Amino acid sequence: MTLIVDHLRIQHGTITAIDDLSFAIEPGELVTIIGSNGAGKTTLLRALSGLIPTASGSASWKGQSILGRRAEDLVRSGIVHVSEGKAVIPELTVAENLELGGIWRKDKTDIALATSEVLDLFPRLGERMKQGADTLSGGERQMLAIGRAMIARPDLLLLDEPSLGLAPLVIEQIFSAIDALRQRLGLTVVLVEQNAISALGIADRGIIINLGKFVTSGSSASLMSDPTLRAAYLGF
Amino acid sequence: MTTFFNTILVGISSGSIYALMSLSLVLVWRSTRVVNFAAAGQAVLSTYLGYEAMSRLHNYWLSLPIAVIAGALISAIVESFVMRPLAKRSKGSPVESIAPVIATLGILGLIRGIAGLVWGNTFLQYTSPLSSKGFMIGHTTIPFSPLNAAIVIGAAIVLAFFAAIFRFTRLGLALRAASFQPEISRLSGIRVDRIRTIGWAFAGAAGALAGALVTPTTYLSPNSLDLLLVSGFVAAVIGGLESLIGAVVGGLVLGVGFAFILQYIGSEVTFSAAFIILIIVLFIRPQGIFGRGGSREA
Ligand SMILES: Nc1ncnc2c1ncn2[C@@H]1O[C@H](COP(=O)(O)OP(=O)(O)O)[C@@H](O)[C@H]1O
Ligand SMILES: [Mg+2]
Repeated sequence: MTLIVDHLRIQHGTITAIDDLSFAIEPGELVTIIGSNGAGKTTLLRALSGLIPTASGSASWKGQSILGRRAEDLVRSGIVHVSEGKAVIPELTVAENLELGGIWRKDKTDIALATSEVLDLFPRLGERMKQGADTLSGGERQMLAIGRAMIARPDLLLLDEPSLGLAPLVIEQIFSAIDALRQRLGLTVVLVEQNAISALGIADRGIIINLGKFVTSGSSASLMSDPTLRAAYLGF
Repeated sequence: MTTFFNTILVGISSGSIYALMSLSLVLVWRSTRVVNFAAAGQAVLSTYLGYEAMSRLHNYWLSLPIAVIAGALISAIVESFVMRPLAKRSKGSPVESIAPVIATLGILGLIRGIAGLVWGNTFLQYTSPLSSKGFMIGHTTIPFSPLNAAIVIGAAIVLAFFAAIFRFTRLGLALRAASFQPEISRLSGIRVDRIRTIGWAFAGAAGALAGALVTPTTYLSPNSLDLLLVSGFVAAVIGGLESLIGAVVGGLVLGVGFAFILQYIGSEVTFSAAFIILIIVLFIRPQGIFGRGGSREA
């Protein structure tokens, strides 16, 4: 097992945003966590990447607990979080945003290699390196956020709703890029989404949560073919 | 016409000092969103330490870097031991945004008190070997002196150094990223707490240099740099608070503006003029000359 989440509970004051949640993800898997607005998806990822504390339960990555560690240190252990809402720094250029991804790394040759891989995957970023990130479209910003994460050479990639607010065609591009990345690099990916169709389209498995609680899980194909789930949680 | 140019030269010299103090305030504002009233106290303390170094080493040029390093350390200490714990403790409380600012006023008072105890509430002379008598051009003495020239050169070197760090180094990128988006910065592996301390240290160094350069033109006392704080603050607001270039331009604009008022109107109004300029700028362009329009994406 690579990522193990066990009886996890996370509070925002008196609100229980994640309630007794358990799941496990194998190395190299792409698992999507599906839930509607307010289900607790962002809260879960923020706890896994060290941004917020948890109330009880445990979470471990490669046998080591990841709770109580700082976000900036977890990045160094290979856990990289692309946060919600096209997480780029608009005041910096595209090139500087990418540079941030490797800012803590010593291996400059590999940073250059990783950067050129990102630019191969998202050529539009390469054409805009000197521009401010505030001049990018929503889709390009999402590409930049994912690109920055890749330059950190993650083992575990946590993606928070990369499809949010994007046109269907752009979503398709981004999701196929995510798929290509994990195929090529053997990444473990946790993809949090409301857009169940797109997410299950590239995921091996899905976990459905609602109001912070586990609902069900299964292979993408089995979830998609269950009419009750589709009506109740998947929205198609 | 010569008066006109002389006035500009004198304005640039005092403007360089304002620019350094303004830069100090902007660096702190950018890294922690705090208006640092303690900057005047920190700078006066580092200048006293420069004064001590001078009285032992008898060399102004050696005392200058000592004052600057002391200023950086004082500022890093203030950030790590007062501001950061305070920010953590007041987080989520109604006083979250104002408590740190009030704390800086407290530190200002405390430092002044300590300086008064140690060095007395008298006027000390921290002198530089450079003459404050103006250069001779032909047979006329202009108001711009070797000391003024040193001030401009010293400030320019430090400003160029900061500009190079911010533009060309990883540290500079981390400082900028952490000030704009601390969370994305942490998720990129930047140790934001440490970077903030470094931001404060740079700010302390800039303020210390301002203090150590301006004091030879006047005198040293526990509150001798309070007016400099006001000027630095006005310059920072003119420059838009966020922008390092703005801080420098704001300082120069203010310095030259003061010089003209002093030359053509009189010294009685300079101090009020600072506030009039401040209020006019706030009304016309609240975001300052170099600030971005509208609100930043948070
Ligand atoms: N900072 C916060 N303070 C208080 N409540 C919060 C905070 N963040 C999220 N919540 C609440 O926690 C629940 C889960 O939110 P979130 O994790 O953002 O859900 P999702 O990402 O699935 O839309 C919601 O009820 C939300 O209102
Ligand atoms: Mg969310």
